[in-house]
Amino acid sequence: MIRNTSTGYGTVAIALHWLMAIAVFGMFGLGLYMVELTYYDSWYRGSLELHKAAGILLALVWLLRLVWRLLNTTPDGLSHKPVENLAAHLAHLALYALLAGLFVSGYLISTADGLGIEVFGWFELPATLTGDNQEDLAGEIHEILAWLLMGLVGVHMLAALKHHFINKDQTLTRMIKPE
Amino acid sequence: MKKLLLAAAFSTAALTSGFANAADYQVDIKGAHAFVNFKIQHLGYSWLTGRFNKFDGQFQWDANKPEASSIEVTINTASIDSNHAERDKHLRGGDFLDVKKYPTATFKSTSYKPTGKKAGVLAGDLTLHGVTKRISFPVTQLGEGKDPWGGYRAGFTGTTKLKMSDYGIDYNLGPASTHVEMELHIEGIRQ
Repeated sequence: MIRNTSTGYGTVAIALHWLMAIAVFGMFGLGLYMVELTYYDSWYRGSLELHKAAGILLALVWLLRLVWRLLNTTPDGLSHKPVENLAAHLAHLALYALLAGLFVSGYLISTADGLGIEVFGWFELPATLTGDNQEDLAGEIHEILAWLLMGLVGVHMLAALKHHFINKDQTLTRMIKPE
Repeated sequence: MKKLLLAAAFSTAALTSGFANAADYQVDIKGAHAFVNFKIQHLGYSWLTGRFNKFDGQFQWDANKPEASSIEVTINTASIDSNHAERDKHLRGGDFLDVKKYPTATFKSTSYKPTGKKAGVLAGDLTLHGVTKRISFPVTQLGEGKDPWGGYRAGFTGTTKLKMSDYGIDYNLGPASTHVEMELHIEGIRQ
């Protein structure tokens, strides 16, 4: 099934979930790595170009995923405790929000002096807001949000494993096998 | 990397000749008639230029007593601007200026030795990146006189070359880029 049902995810939602999972880990690792590179490292410039361009594409995938989520049924939570289902739902929304914050703050770093962001030579995203020391503030926010996101991703993963191994329900497997 | 400035200006009109009576000038930062610029080589192939947008300074100057001149300049290191946000962010960070730890760079003159009617050598203490060093460099006066708005102004230019590692900034930018050239253009309004 392509679309979600009230009990499970469709192929599109599953594909988007895992694509973004891989991208988020990749971007986090690349981000930590690239800021340690020094001037004469051959990837000093390329790593940043990749991070920026991939970030823009990830933002587009995020948008697509959000639209798809809104057009589809969100499967019901599998816990028997309503408070757990609510917590899971809020955590999912927070993952979306943290990603949005990362896209905006990252964009505001690179465009703070009015330069656009080049995406693999396909197109360029123009600058909008510019300001004194905008790149510094946006940079700090970007880093904090990145760590918050990874923290929440960790909770998200532990929760999935807990459902699988302790509650022995379909929470994890239904994000792997389409309905 | 920054800093230098200092050179400064003077002029005066005050007819007073006492050593301590050189006229006071406020650097015209409000009208932006003063500039703290820098340039450094990129890979040995070209010059990269930039400036510090926020600074303040005062000087004392008497054309009749140039040796009594003095100047103090304070630069906001976070105001570095090389027209590239990502580079500026890097320059403000721990690899270079470390502006959180060292938010200002200062120059306080200790002596001015006239070498001509409109030229001299200014010496003083430059504090950059937490390191204070005595430096001296040539200064020239462009001119002084009344402005069209009822004030009296004097302007000076000074340049110097700083070895960044002298100030604890040792990030490797390559062999052609170990020094930064500072260029100070200052206009002061007599108070």
